[in-house]
Amino acid sequence: MGATVKAVTVREGTPPFAFSEAALAECRTIIARYPEGKSKSALLPILHIAQSENNGWLSVNAMDAVAQVLGIQHIEVYEVASFYSMFNLHPVGTYHLEVCRTSPCMLRGADDLITHLEKRLNIHVGETTKDGMFTLKAVECLGACGYAPMLQCGAKFHEHLTPEKADALIEQMRAENKRQNYTDR
Amino acid sequence: MGRKLLLEHIGKPGIRGLEGYRANGGYRSVEKALKTMTPEAVVDEVKKSGLRGRGGAGFPTGLKWSFLAKPPGVPRHLVCNADESEPGTFKDRYLMEFIPHLLVEGMITSSFALGANLSYIYIRGEYFYVARILEQAIAEAYAAGWLGKNILGSGYDLDLHVHIGAGAYICGEETALLESLEGKRGNPRIKPPFPAVKGLWDRPTVVNNVETLAAVVPIVNEGGEEYAKLGIGKSTGTKLISAGGHINKPGVYEIDLSLPAEEFLMSDEYCGGISGGRPLKAVVPGGSSVPIIPGELFLKTAKGEPRLMSYESLSDGGFASGSMLGSGGFYAYNDTACIVRSTWNHTRFYHHESCGQCSPCREGTGWMEKVLHRIEHGGGHMEDIDLLWDMQRKIEGNTICPLGDAAAWPVASAIRHFRDEFEFHVKYPTKVKDPNHFAKEPFRKEVKMYA
Repeated sequence: MGATVKAVTVREGTPPFAFSEAALAECRTIIARYPEGKSKSALLPILHIAQSENNGWLSVNAMDAVAQVLGIQHIEVYEVASFYSMFNLHPVGTYHLEVCRTSPCMLRGADDLITHLEKRLNIHVGETTKDGMFTLKAVECLGACGYAPMLQCGAKFHEHLTPEKADALIEQMRAENKRQNYTDR
Repeated sequence: MGRKLLLEHIGKPGIRGLEGYRANGGYRSVEKALKTMTPEAVVDEVKKSGLRGRGGAGFPTGLKWSFLAKPPGVPRHLVCNADESEPGTFKDRYLMEFIPHLLVEGMITSSFALGANLSYIYIRGEYFYVARILEQAIAEAYAAGWLGKNILGSGYDLDLHVHIGAGAYICGEETALLESLEGKRGNPRIKPPFPAVKGLWDRPTVVNNVETLAAVVPIVNEGGEEYAKLGIGKSTGTKLISAGGHINKPGVYEIDLSLPAEEFLMSDEYCGGISGGRPLKAVVPGGSSVPIIPGELFLKTAKGEPRLMSYESLSDGGFASGSMLGSGGFYAYNDTACIVRSTWNHTRFYHHESCGQCSPCREGTGWMEKVLHRIEHGGGHMEDIDLLWDMQRKIEGNTICPLGDAAAWPVASAIRHFRDEFEFHVKYPTKVKDPNHFAKEPFRKEVKMYA
C-alpha cells in the first residue's frame, strides 16, 4: 500500500515449505467455495493458512507453494501478499502484538500504551525482542474503538487495556510461549 | 426509548445459535419471502422502506437493487461488505458476533430478491474470530435446510460462504472488495461499468453492508411502509451507531433516525455524557472520513435548530457547518484532545491505506501527513496551514475512488473550524512538545476584539 510498500525478499537458506495434510484438506474445502475456474479467489484465505503453517510469516517458499496449490504464477501471489497488511514478509516473534493507533483509540490512550509496551519490551515499534518472543507493531483501526485501547494477537482481541493489564498479558504470554495465529480456532 | 429492530434480541439466551434465534422469530422473513412473495415483491418492499445503505454512502438500497442487470444465462451474485474498517465503526462486528443468524437470514432473503444463487460475506481479516462465528451459523443454516438446494421446497437454491480478507481499508470500497474477492490486490475499479452490470467475475453483482442486509429482515417481516414510519423524512428506520472517544458509555446503540443529537450524546441511555465531565470540543459523527465539527455545531445547526441523528440533519449546512451520518462511527472529543494531533493521525491512516493507484491520493496523503507531523511536533510554519488547504483541494475529486475525498475532508474541516489551534502550534512550538499537550492545560481560543 501507499506508505508501506513491502519488498518480497528471497532469502537464501530459507527452510523448505510444504503444507501439512490437514492444511491441504482445508485448502481444498476453501477452493470448493468458488465456481469452477475461479479458484484464484481462494488466494487470501490460503495465504492465511500458509502463514500459520510457516511460523507467522510468508517466505518465498511458502508463497510458491500457495501458487502451486492454486495453479497460478508466483508473481500473482507475491503482488497480493505484499499488498495486505496482515501478511508478514519477514519473520515475526512468537507473539505478534498489533496495537491499534488510529484516532478513536488514540483518544483513549493508544499512544501511551504503545510507549509503555516499547519500554516494557525494550524495543521500538516494528522490532522483535532479542529472544524472538514478541514483535510490536502499530496498526490502523481494528474495529474496537469502543473498547480502546486494545491490541490484537493472532485471532484474539485484548481490549480495555491499561499498563497493568498489558503487563499481565505479556507475563502470561511469556509463560505459555505458544504462537498465536490469525487462523486459530 | 426508540424501537429496536436489529438489536432487540441481543443477549437473549441461545440467540447466537439457530435454535435460540428461531425461538425468537428468526428466519420468518425467509419463510414469508420464499413461500408468499415474488423476488420483485421483496425488492418493492425494500424500495417502500426507504432503506439507505448503512455502510456510509447512504444510497437507497431498493434503487441499487433495481439497477442489477439480468442478462439471461449469466449468474448474479450478492456480496455482503463486512470489511468494516472505517475508524470509529464497530457496529457490524457487534451484530455479526452477537446475532450472526440475523445477517445469514438477511443474506438469504436478499439473495432471493436478487435471484442470486451464490453469495459471499467478505469479512475483514482482522475479524477472523467473527468469521468463525458466521461459518458456524452458516453450517447450522445448511443443516436445517435454510441454505442449499430447494430451500423450503420453493425450488430456490442458495450457497453462502464467508470470504476472509487480509487487512486493507480500501477493500471496503465495493469494487476494491470485488477485486480482493477475486484474489487480487484491492485496487478500486474505474466506473462505469458499475458492479450491478459487471461485478464479481464480470457478472452482475450487488454489494451491501452488513447492517443494510440485516435491516431487510424487519422490512420483509413488517412491510416496507411500517419500517418507513420510523425516522424522519428520507432517513427512515433505525441505525446502529458505534460510539467511542471521550464519552462515558462507549458501545453500539440502535437509534431511531430522528433522535436529537444532544439526547444521544448526553442521555444515560446512550453515550452518557462527556468523559471526565469536561466540555465537548468536537465530534466526528460518522467515521473518520466525514468532516469533524465543533461541539456546538454538532448540537445545534448554524441556523440554531437542534441537530438530529439523521442523514439530512447531520449534513445540514453542507461542509461549511455540517458533517455526515456516514457509517455511524461516532466519536467525541473533550477539551483535552488536540485537533492537530487527531488530524495528523487521520491523515497517517489514509496515507497507510491508500492503494497507490492515483497519484493525488498516493502522494498527497503522504505530503499532508508530513506537514501535519511537523506542525503537531512544533516544527510548522504559518504558510503550512494554507499549504495543507491547497493539498487537500487537489486530492478531492481527483481520484478513482472516494478514499481521496475521505482523506481530504477531515483536513479541510479541521482547518475550517480549528484554524486557531493550528496557528497555536506554529506560534508556541514549546507548548506542544508533550504528546498530551492539552491534557493539563486545554487549548482556549484567543478572543479577538474587533472595533
